[in-house]
Amino acid sequence: MINIRDKGAQVWENSGRTGRVAIATLVIAVVASLPFMGGTILNTPIASYESVLVYPIAMFVLMAIGLNIVIGKSGLLDLGYVAFFAIGAYTMGLLGTKTGLNTWEILPIGIAMSMFAGLVLGVPALKLRGDYLAIITLGFGEIVRIVALNLGALGRSEGIIGIPTPPPVFGIEFSFDSHRIYYWTLLIMILLAIWMVRRLSARRAGRAWESIRQDEDVAELLGVPTFRYKIWAFVLGASVGGAAGVIYASKTLFIAPDNFTLQISILILACVVFGGMGNIWGVILGAVVLGYLPDRIRFLSEARLLVFGLVLVLMMNLRPDGLLPRKKREKAIKAKEAV
Amino acid sequence: MIGNFFDQFWSLTFGGLSLGFIYILIALGYTLVYGVLRMINFANSEIFMVGTFATVIVIRDLYKFTQSSEYATGFRLWLVLGTALIITMIISGLLSMVVELVAYRRLRRRNSGVLAPLISAIGVSMVLAESVRIMTDSRPVASPRAMEKSFIGKFFDADIRLDNTIIVIAALLLFFTLWNFINRTRLGKAIRAVSMNPSAAKLMGIDIDKIVSATFLIGGVMTGAAGFFYVLKYENTASSIGFELGIAAFTAAILGGIGNIKGAFFGGLALGLLETYASFFLGTQWKAVTVFIVLVMVLYTRPNGLFGESITQTRV
Repeated sequence: MINIRDKGAQVWENSGRTGRVAIATLVIAVVASLPFMGGTILNTPIASYESVLVYPIAMFVLMAIGLNIVIGKSGLLDLGYVAFFAIGAYTMGLLGTKTGLNTWEILPIGIAMSMFAGLVLGVPALKLRGDYLAIITLGFGEIVRIVALNLGALGRSEGIIGIPTPPPVFGIEFSFDSHRIYYWTLLIMILLAIWMVRRLSARRAGRAWESIRQDEDVAELLGVPTFRYKIWAFVLGASVGGAAGVIYASKTLFIAPDNFTLQISILILACVVFGGMGNIWGVILGAVVLGYLPDRIRFLSEARLLVFGLVLVLMMNLRPDGLLPRKKREKAIKAKEAV
Repeated sequence: MIGNFFDQFWSLTFGGLSLGFIYILIALGYTLVYGVLRMINFANSEIFMVGTFATVIVIRDLYKFTQSSEYATGFRLWLVLGTALIITMIISGLLSMVVELVAYRRLRRRNSGVLAPLISAIGVSMVLAESVRIMTDSRPVASPRAMEKSFIGKFFDADIRLDNTIIVIAALLLFFTLWNFINRTRLGKAIRAVSMNPSAAKLMGIDIDKIVSATFLIGGVMTGAAGFFYVLKYENTASSIGFELGIAAFTAAILGGIGNIKGAFFGGLALGLLETYASFFLGTQWKAVTVFIVLVMVLYTRPNGLFGESITQTRV
């Protein structure tokens, strides 16, 4: 499995600009046409293949990429990622039903809201060591749900119903059962997120995150403004979660506090850990596998969280770097062994 | 509202005290493990949850109490409560040791940083919570009442309930037993040594693995006892209760200063009272929010807690 990753990276690095464009176009075209390629064999017991592509697969992939910025890139354990998803979804739900704004207008507002929440949570929490951050974010995720459950304005346990679908784009209608168009919308967002993460990783921010992940004290001593970069990682991760929430709400048309439990955070965490923290392709693979398999295999779908818990324990103990580990880490280990 | 509060002050206080003692015992689980590993044991909350189920099973299935059966009295009452408590403590203690073996040991040997053991412990707690959820069909489980909750006296206007009294006295006894154990015995001394400086302790011939195992055992025993008292007080449980109680007890441990046994005691009491008073004014549905705000405020303004070390600076 390591070889696939290395081969891929090699091909990519050795091709010129046109080659890269060609590869990227090909991959995007194949992924975009996935809804047409499924047979009934891929249907899950509860849903059609096409709807599974949207939720959970594409949604999980998007959120896993977002969470990966926080956990994989900068090593901050965020256990309340569902909070940002919920804030995006509730922003869509409230504004979509109470004002005339449409999904595309609400999307930036939802992203801004979840980024703001990330900032509010991050400023006190990111001053603390890793495990305290974990428990604070864990609490925060639950608090957002409890607030939604108890505030009349947010619909309490009934949630918000009648959330509008997005307006048509290029003449294609969005409706509850047209899964393809939602899939493509999410795909565009995933591509944007990948682009953002790759750009940032190759630059100052990526190096700062890497140094924070490896040793925060050393990074701080070397002059990296660690707190600022941690906040950035947190807020960027939150923005992706918020965007996913907005699309989720305008897809399901109905949201309730029960959609935003702690378990979602753990599921996304499992996707990131399973695929390989820090490596975006690994994370995507993890989200696809963990999004799809438990739905496909009936006896797993009841015990899916149990399986995800086991995945966390087993991966950490046996293959802590995930299915497709990050590259830098391996190089560093090899270098160490050579010495 | 305020007038009502003063009318009910003492009965709220007694309720808060017994809740506080439940928190103390769970907080001890967090604090002991934190002491030796410098790590939050995320699975502790689920050990508590399993403890509550162990108690229910003993009362319901071993002693065949039902919702309509007669209360136990006299010697039989103490026998039932005593065996339920001891069996619960044993099961939770052993489970806690297993958690350490499964979630922590390998990673500790490999010296794999902070993130990996945290994730692994979350995985274990997920597995525990989900297994119980599937076994109970996601439904809460009521415990038959083995003991009549009679009033044994009055204090000002408040009735002193038997169950609250038992909880306070038994938890106090457990706490002082633990206190003496940690401070007076050889094993306790070894645990303290590992907490202070693991590498020096190792050089002095202390088997770290054994001490860590023992600490998880003791922490699990205390947490399990909390599960017993919880069932005694609230007479029901569910696979999901671990989370809320766990966060509250963790907050208590932080409030007093994590890693510090005395801290767990005062933090637990303070949080139990605070939470009970706050629920009176705000309603119980905001209980978790109150606890969370306390947690954030304590970590933000006084991260060492009342007695603890400075957690912002301590490194693993």
